[in-house]
Amino acid sequence: MEHVAVLAARAERETAGRRTVDKRMTAEAAVQLIRDGDHVAIGGTLYSRTPMALVFALLRQRRRHLTVSRPLACYEIELFLSTGALDRIVSSWVGIGLPWGLPAIFRHYAERGEVEYDEWSHLAMGLRYKAGAMGVPFLPSLTMLGSDLATRLDLQTVTCPYTGQRLAAVPALNPDVALIHAHRADMFGNVQVDGYQHMDVDMARAARTVIVSAEQIVSPEQIAARPDRTMLPHFAVDAVVAAPYGAYPHECYGRYGPDLQHFDAYAVAAKQDGPAAGLRYVEQNADVDFASFLAAAGPARLAELAADAEELMPR
Amino acid sequence: MSDITAEELMAITASRLLTDHKVVFAGVGMPLLASAVARHRHAPHLTIVLEGGIIGTSLRPGQLPISTNEMRAAYGAQMLTDITDIFLYAQRGFFDYGFLGAAQVDMYGNINTSVIGSMERPRVRLPGSGGANDIISLCNEVLIVTQHEPRRFVERVDFVTSPGYLSGGESRARSGLLAGRLGAVVTDLALLDFEPASRRMRLCALQPGVTVGQVREQTGFELLLGDEITELTPPSAEEVAIYRELRDGRVAVETP
Repeated sequence: MEHVAVLAARAERETAGRRTVDKRMTAEAAVQLIRDGDHVAIGGTLYSRTPMALVFALLRQRRRHLTVSRPLACYEIELFLSTGALDRIVSSWVGIGLPWGLPAIFRHYAERGEVEYDEWSHLAMGLRYKAGAMGVPFLPSLTMLGSDLATRLDLQTVTCPYTGQRLAAVPALNPDVALIHAHRADMFGNVQVDGYQHMDVDMARAARTVIVSAEQIVSPEQIAARPDRTMLPHFAVDAVVAAPYGAYPHECYGRYGPDLQHFDAYAVAAKQDGPAAGLRYVEQNADVDFASFLAAAGPARLAELAADAEELMPR
Repeated sequence: MSDITAEELMAITASRLLTDHKVVFAGVGMPLLASAVARHRHAPHLTIVLEGGIIGTSLRPGQLPISTNEMRAAYGAQMLTDITDIFLYAQRGFFDYGFLGAAQVDMYGNINTSVIGSMERPRVRLPGSGGANDIISLCNEVLIVTQHEPRRFVERVDFVTSPGYLSGGESRARSGLLAGRLGAVVTDLALLDFEPASRRMRLCALQPGVTVGQVREQTGFELLLGDEITELTPPSAEEVAIYRELRDGRVAVETP
């Protein structure tokens, strides 16, 4: 288990600039902030509001020795594995989704011991980001006690100084970089999200560098018109990337549903050809730019997915 | 009702255990369906919570979510919050029931969803805990629903992803898990619980037409037997109809 120095992360935040400047850049430029060996936290959960435009841009770079953390990981993990980018996964669950069965490429690497998988409970993942976001080294909780998950990760316990109760001491996680996809952001990095927040707020506040992609870049006035929707303030964000349909083929709450047919095709290929299928997927879909990827899906398909989302919204 | 599938039988049996005016923390798939059946039939004030951050969802028939984090899971919801927050409600004691499936479960109700074989040399690396470890540690009463077969009902799980009664007796409480208890285990063959002193799994009731011998045959450890083993009432036509409508949507009646 990696022990993260919360104080070092804090020192970086103390000295980092907080200038209110235009932070817009391309996805290609933004992922240059990520280096070999970094811990990259990926926002959203499973196939919801995954920052796919940023993930694809990062895949294109063929970085090495990355650690990736996510609350629940979907097939993007397999793409990092298939391109040799990944040393370690930190998550509570790695799959695609129940209908697609066990993830073939993940199994290939995990069962050969070719990737480390630090398996935490779902709440422990949330508390790790939250402790990181709070600037404290751990949070006490009742999660993971008595389990082999705790033994395997050498999870320590603490005794409450008031009551003597024994609690799990869930260690802080301060990722090097967080990738977040949002509905709206202004050029300074004020970020708004509709619907589920997943673990994005804590993940971003814990991270040393935060890259946000957004469906829409809006004016600061539009942000100020609905300040209650703002999830992250500008000073917690380092880069802003315009990315309409930036979570496709995953879903974006209220905007578009997931492209489950796309998942079907991927899962069939992955079962058949293993990592070769993962690599082929990256070459075909990520190594081109994101606009071409969306164009290949086609405007009709994207409109269909948008209609699916529209239908599910409360009215 | 001879055409009932094992999954339908388990979901309907489980749905009957959920009472009105309670809060259930359900996962996708069968737990969610069982909870929805209860809400539509005998527990209209049952609040369904999903780990994606959803409180009070109502399902759209035929449009069941595959993930607790997707839009479909929030249909009709009263509140959306973040994931960590949902589990903190559980830790606070708000959730009456937690609902779990199991790749492997042992005689003390420990659940494995991490690995078949050893962690060092896994035969199959499974996806992992997800919220299961938290649900079994934090909810007030946990229901386990799974198909009854020897490869699932094992003497000792390969890996304790989610702690049941650990090694029995007071070992769960000694680990620091002071709250929460394991209620029932629902299978396609039987309804089981845990004997209060030893905390070992105990047979309480049989699904219609099933014998004690059949249950023993499909269990990989020695089962305790309850004092009186009853037979469960078969699913009614109404229960099956509700279940199928929720799963498939309203099926148009074909006229000949």
